[in-house]
Amino acid sequence: MEYFFEIFFDGLTRGSIYALIALGYTMVYGIIQLINFAHGEIYMIGAFTALIVSGVLGALGLPGYAILLMTLPVAVIYASAYGYTIEKIAYKPLRNAPRLSPLISAIGMSIFLQNYVLLAQTPDFLPFPSLLPPLDVVDRFHGVLSSSEVIIVVTAALVMAGLTAFIKFTRMGKAMRATAQSPRMAMLVGINVDQVISLTFIIGSALAAVGGVLIASHVGQINFYIGFLAGIKAFTAAVLGGIGSIPGAMLGGLVLGWTESFATGYVSSDYEDVFAFALLVLILIFRPAGILGKPAIQKV
Amino acid sequence: MADIDPVLDVRDLTKYFGGLRAVESVSLEIMPGEIVALIGPNGAGKTTLFNCITGLYMLTAGEVALTARGQRKRLNGLKPNQVTELGMARTFQNIRLFPNMTVLENVMIGRHCRTRSSVFGAIFRPPATRREEQEVVDLSYGLLQEVGLAGLVDETANNLPYGAQRRLEIARAMATDPVLLLLDEPAAGMNPAETSELQALIRRLREKHGLSILLIEHDMKLVMSLSDRVCVMEHGSRIALGTPEEVSQDPRVIKAYLGEEADA
Amino acid sequence: MRDLKHSAITAAWFMFLTLPIMVIHVNTIEKTIAWRWENMAYVGAGAFVLSYVWRFLMRRRDGGGFRSLSPGAAGRGRLLRAAIEDRRISYPAAAAFAALVIAFPFLFSLYQVNIMISALIYVMLGLGLNIVVGLAGLLDLGFVAFYAIGAYAYALLNLHFGLGFWVVLPMAACLGAFAGILLGFPVLRLRGDYLAIVTLGFGEIIRLVLENWGTFTQGPSGISNIPRPGFFGMEFGLRGSIVFMYYVVIALVLLTIVVVSRLKYSRVGRAWMALREDEIACQAMGIDKTKTKLMAFSLGATWAAMAGVVFAAKTSFINPASFTFLESAMILSIVVLGGMGSTVGVILGAFILILLPEYLRAFAEYRMIVFGAVMVLFMVFRPQGLIRDRRLRRKFRPTELRGDADGDSGGATDKAAGMKAAGAHG
Repeated sequence: MEYFFEIFFDGLTRGSIYALIALGYTMVYGIIQLINFAHGEIYMIGAFTALIVSGVLGALGLPGYAILLMTLPVAVIYASAYGYTIEKIAYKPLRNAPRLSPLISAIGMSIFLQNYVLLAQTPDFLPFPSLLPPLDVVDRFHGVLSSSEVIIVVTAALVMAGLTAFIKFTRMGKAMRATAQSPRMAMLVGINVDQVISLTFIIGSALAAVGGVLIASHVGQINFYIGFLAGIKAFTAAVLGGIGSIPGAMLGGLVLGWTESFATGYVSSDYEDVFAFALLVLILIFRPAGILGKPAIQKV
Repeated sequence: MADIDPVLDVRDLTKYFGGLRAVESVSLEIMPGEIVALIGPNGAGKTTLFNCITGLYMLTAGEVALTARGQRKRLNGLKPNQVTELGMARTFQNIRLFPNMTVLENVMIGRHCRTRSSVFGAIFRPPATRREEQEVVDLSYGLLQEVGLAGLVDETANNLPYGAQRRLEIARAMATDPVLLLLDEPAAGMNPAETSELQALIRRLREKHGLSILLIEHDMKLVMSLSDRVCVMEHGSRIALGTPEEVSQDPRVIKAYLGEEADA
Repeated sequence: MRDLKHSAITAAWFMFLTLPIMVIHVNTIEKTIAWRWENMAYVGAGAFVLSYVWRFLMRRRDGGGFRSLSPGAAGRGRLLRAAIEDRRISYPAAAAFAALVIAFPFLFSLYQVNIMISALIYVMLGLGLNIVVGLAGLLDLGFVAFYAIGAYAYALLNLHFGLGFWVVLPMAACLGAFAGILLGFPVLRLRGDYLAIVTLGFGEIIRLVLENWGTFTQGPSGISNIPRPGFFGMEFGLRGSIVFMYYVVIALVLLTIVVVSRLKYSRVGRAWMALREDEIACQAMGIDKTKTKLMAFSLGATWAAMAGVVFAAKTSFINPASFTFLESAMILSIVVLGGMGSTVGVILGAFILILLPEYLRAFAEYRMIVFGAVMVLFMVFRPQGLIRDRRLRRKFRPTELRGDADGDSGGATDKAAGMKAAGAHG
C-alpha cells in the first residue's frame, strides 16, 4: 500500500508540472491555433536561468530562502521575455501564412534555442541545487512523499487557481477569451489582438518557468535537451484534456502524470517515455478533441 | 411523372449544430433535367442543406437519395468523395479552386474519380496510362471550351478574373460526370452581362449533358427566368416550393423577403 | 533616425535577453563563476545590425517589391532559363556534369567519396520526404522512423539470415511501404498539425523500442559489421567497395528523381497537390482523401527505408542514436531550405546542409543552430525555399492543340496555337 501511495504522489507531482507547461500550449493554441513547439525550450531556459542566478547568488553567500525568493522571479521574467520575443520573431510575421508554416518555424525555433543553450553553456548535465526547503511535517512520511513534492503540488495548484481567476475576472482575461473565440470579432470590438497574443505567450512562458524551476530542483539536474521531452509530454497532456481548454490542460496533466507513474511503477520502467508517446498517439487517433474539448465544426 | 424516379430525393432532412437548428425537416425532389433554385434570406440554411446533401456534414435525421444511371442510392453516411463518385458535383459559395494549379489541371482533378491509373502507372507509364491521361486532357479541354476558358488553359487559377473563376469551378464540377449539379451562388459578384452569359451556360449544360441542377442564388431575375421550380427556405425550414410564379405570389415568401428587407 | 532608435532598443533588449545564458557561466562543481562580458558586446552589435537587415527584409517582403528592387535578378533568371532551353548549351553542360559525377570517385580521395555518399543519402531522404511534405503537404516529423526500419531491417536480416544488400533493398522498400500504411491508416484523418505531432510520437516510439528491446536489436550498443553491397558475387577491397557504394547511391538517386518527377505530373501527383491546396474542394471533386494521403505517406516511407538500407551498408554500424528526432528535423530543413516540392531545390538543400558543415569544420559546431535558424528565417522570408517549385505549364497538351504526334517539343508554337484556338472558341 505504501508503494501505491508513493507512486500516486509521484504521479501527482509529475502531473502538476505537466499541467503547468501544458497550460502554455493550450492557451497559445486556443488563440492562434499554433502548436508552439518551442514552448518546451522556454521551460528549459527558465530552468537554466534559475541555475545561473542561484549559482551567482550562492557564490555571494546568500541564505537558501533568499536565493529561492530571488531566483524564481528572475527565471519567470526571463522565460516570459523569451516567450514574448519568440512570438515576435518566429510567429507574428506568419499570421496569415499557410497553417504548416508557423509550425515549421516553431520547430526551427526549438532547435535553435536548444543549440543556443548548448553552445553558450554546456552539452552536459548540470547538477541543479535543491532550492526547495525541507518541511519537517512532511519528512515524517519519508519514502512515501517528499517535501519538494508537496511544495510542487501546492505551488502548481496556487498558480493554476490564480490563472483561472485572472482569465475569469480580469479585463485582460476576458479579452483573451474573446480572442480565442474569434480573433476577428475581438478586433472589431476594439481588443488589441496583438497585445492579447503577446500576453498569452508571456503568461504561458511564466508558467513553464515555474514548472521548470520546481522540477529541476526536485530532480536535481538539467541539460539543454530537457525541454524536448517535457514539451512533448506537456503537449500530450494538453491534447489529452482537450487543446484550447484550460481546465482540460490541468486534468490532462494529472492523467498523464498518473499514467506514467503507474505504468513505470507496475509495468516496466524501460519504456517510461513510450507510454506517454503511445498515449498521445492513441488520444489523437481516437478522441482528438480530448476529454474536455468539443469537436470543431468545419466551416465551408 | 409518378413512375420516374427523382434524381435527388431529400426527405425530412434535419441538421442541428449542438442546440442550433440549422435545417429542420426539409424535403425536396428534383426530377431529371429539372433546374431548381433554392432561395431564402441569409442564414436560412441553404448552404448547410448543400453540405448535408453532398456529405460534408453528417445529417442529424432524414434521408437523401440519388438516382443516377438507373440506380437509386442512399447517400446517408457517405463521404463527399463517394457522393461525387455516384454522380453529384458542386461548386462553392466562396470559390474553392486549387489556386496554384493551372486552369487545365483544375479541370483534370475533376476526372480523378473517373480514372484509375495509380502509383504503378505513374512510375512505369504503360500505354494504358498514357492513353488515359490524354483522354483526361482532351475531355478537360473540351469542357473548358464549353465554358469559354479554352484560351486560358495554362494560366494558374488564382490569376483568373472572378467571373472566370466561377466558370472554371463549373467546368471542374462537370469533369466528374455528374447527373446532378449543385451550384452555390454561381452569379455572386457577376455583372449583368456575365450573369446572362452564365444563364446561357447553365441552360447549355443542361441540354447537352442531360443534367439536373440545384442552385442557390440571390439574383431574383436569374432565378425567375432560369428555374423550373423554386424552393424557399427560412429559418432552416422550407416555406414554399413551386414554379417561380407560384412562389412569387406566396404570402409567406413575400413576408420572409419583406421581413428581411425591413431588417436590413 | 527612427530606425536607429529601433535598432538601439532591439540591441539593448537582446543584450538583456542573453545576459544570463551568454554571459554568465557557473561551474556548479567548483562553485566558480565566469563572466563573459565580451559576448554581450557581440550580441549587442549583432542585434543592432541584424535589426536593420530584418526590417529591410520585412519591408521587401510585405511591399512585394521583389521584382522592382532587383530587376537584375529576374533578368538573370530569364538568361538561365534560356540557357537551359537552348540545347546547344544544355546538352554539353549536362554531359559534362554527368562525366563529373561518374569520374568523381577517381578524382577525389576516399574521404571525399564517403562524404559524398552521405550527402547523396540525404538527397534520397530529402526527395522521399518531399513526396510527403512538398507534394502532398503532410508534415511528417517521424520520417526517421522509416529510415530506422530500413537500416535495422538490413542489419538484422544480415545478422540472422545472412541476407545481402540486394535482397534486402526491395524487402526493406516493401517493409517501409507497409509500415507507412500501418501508421498512416489511423493517423491520416487528423488535421495537419496533429498529424505532425503524431508522426513525431511514432518516430520516438520506434527509437525507444530499438533502444530498449535489447534481445532483438542489441539495444543502444547497436549492430556492427554490416557488409557493403557486392556485385554478382564479386567482392571488392575497401576502396573498391566504397566506390561501388557510390555508384549504387548515384543509381538510387537517379531512380528517385525519375520516380518523383513522373509522380509529380501523374494523376496521383495532381491529386496530392490539389489536396495540399484545398482539402474540402478536393473531396468534393471525388478524391478519396485518406487513400491519396496514404499513398504519399507510404511512398515516402518506402524511400526512407531504402535510404536506411544504404545508410546501414555505408556505415557498416548502426545504433538507435542515429535515428533521433533531430535527424527528422534535419531532413525537414533540407526540404524547407531547398524549396518544398522542387526536386532540384531539395538536392541543392541536401548538398548545402550536409556538405557545408563537412568542409567548413569551424562551422560544424554551429550546424544544428543554423538548421534551426534556416527553418525560421525561410518560413518568414522565403517560404518557397531556395528554388521555387514551378509547375510546368505546358505539361499537358490537348490533342487538338498538338501540331503533330509529339507536340511536346514545340512549346512556343503550341502556345500560339492555344491562343488561336481560344480566339476561335471564346
